Amino acid sequence: MSEFTYLFRGRQTTGSPEELQKHMQKWVAWFQDLHVKGHLKDPGNPLDPTGVVVSGKQKTVVDGPFAEAKDVVAGHIMVDAVDLAQAVELSKGCPILEVGGSVEVRPIQKLMR
Amino acid sequence: MVAAVTRVFGVHNLAMAQDVVQDAFCRAVETWAWRGVPENPSAWLMTAAKNRALDLLRRERTARTYAPELGRLLESEWTLVPVVEELFAPDAIKDDLLRMMFSCCHPRLSEEAQVALVLHILCGFGTGEIAGAFVSGRASVEKRITRAKKVLAGSKTLFDLETPADFSRRLGAVHRALYLLFNEGYHGASTESAVRVELCREAMRLVALLLEHPKGKTPTTFALAALFCLNAARLPSRVDGAGDLRSLFDQDRSLWDRPLLSEGLILLELSAVGSKLTSYHLEAAIAAVHARAAKVEDTDWGAIVSFYDSMMVLHPSPVVALNRAIAFGQHQGPERGLSEIQAIEDSDRLASYPFYFAALGEFELRLGRWSIAKGHFLEALAQARNPMERKFLARRAESCQGQLPGCP
Repeated sequence: MSEFTYLFRGRQTTGSPEELQKHMQKWVAWFQDLHVKGHLKDPGNPLDPTGVVVSGKQKTVVDGPFAEAKDVVAGHIMVDAVDLAQAVELSKGCPILEVGGSVEVRPIQKLMR
Repeated sequence: MVAAVTRVFGVHNLAMAQDVVQDAFCRAVETWAWRGVPENPSAWLMTAAKNRALDLLRRERTARTYAPELGRLLESEWTLVPVVEELFAPDAIKDDLLRMMFSCCHPRLSEEAQVALVLHILCGFGTGEIAGAFVSGRASVEKRITRAKKVLAGSKTLFDLETPADFSRRLGAVHRALYLLFNEGYHGASTESAVRVELCREAMRLVALLLEHPKGKTPTTFALAALFCLNAARLPSRVDGAGDLRSLFDQDRSLWDRPLLSEGLILLELSAVGSKLTSYHLEAAIAAVHARAAKVEDTDWGAIVSFYDSMMVLHPSPVVALNRAIAFGQHQGPERGLSEIQAIEDSDRLASYPFYFAALGEFELRLGRWSIAKGHFLEALAQARNPMERKFLARRAESCQGQLPGCP
């Protein structure tokens, strides 16, 4: 088993309360599925679209959000998967894909001592 | 409400769930005092409890383990709110109540403990109120509930309604606990009639909930619900304006709750499916015979005797035998009634049962042997369990006076 991080981008911002609720239920179902199959390493958290970016030696602080809505990281989780191929397959169930978002699947790098 | 919160926190965190509900009520008192009672108080309370639960879950996200069947869904903001919302939805709450009801009827608990736990958790009775309802000490009720909660916590998850074998096995215990709860209200020793009506009402509410569940809707549940309705319909006439107990023979039948009676009769019909005959069926059938009689003289005592005959086959007991003998006496005359009472096996077990002596008294009175009758009533009076029974029996004993021998 290897560890992967999923970085979610984009989020559903429009829709009636019923639609939003339905969408949330899909997240619950997807999480439950990952959990039951033993893939959910860490359920992470969603991120608020606000925030700041600190950068450079000058430690410049710039207010977020950053770039276009679809590029903003909306949250993260960690999963256990045999390999990248399986991690990618698992990510395809993510409800964010249905609302125009994306999942970036990244293996956790094991740094040498 | 405790049931819903417990579903979220897990049964091992029952105390935490009760604190959350307590907290919601305290907030209600504070807020409502200033702003007035909201339009839908129960929804307000539910929302308050839900928000409080969310706060706690966030604060102690990893410090505790919650309901194991919810897995890690409560750990993350991705899923926390929708999962909790779902658990607080009206349909989910009904299921939670049933789960809790089945959990309370744990086979390792005595029947008294089960009933006390149902009253405490599902009906929100405090230990003082439960002690009042069962005429026992507050300390012993508290001890009983604490012990019962430990057993409950040991089972880790709430009862799973989806396992058919477990469900039907536990259903019997649930029926029994509801039956005892209702009886405590109907015949119980508590002196406050308000408390007792409340117990009956709670039993009826819970049995109705059971009937709403596809698997809870068995013929036996229908029989139990029928029994509750038919008996509860007579509650208004059991105690008269002066607060005195009235026997079935001199109740004002116009006070009987007609809609409740017809509901009971319909439920009884619905219970007559399948091959399983239970004592609930028989008791409901007997109650139905009384319900159908507009006057006490119209009562079909023959039918009642035959129902008691079946009951003697199913669950023989001296009390059933006594009731059968009384019905026999109504049907065939007081002499026959007396000989039937004398024929009861292990009648010594009735020695502390006031209505054993009261029945002897009634038949002797009808035979005109009023001094013998009076002796029986006084004996019954000595065994009476609460002021209401005492008053009733004292009145019966008095009625034996002032009558000349041979002129009943």
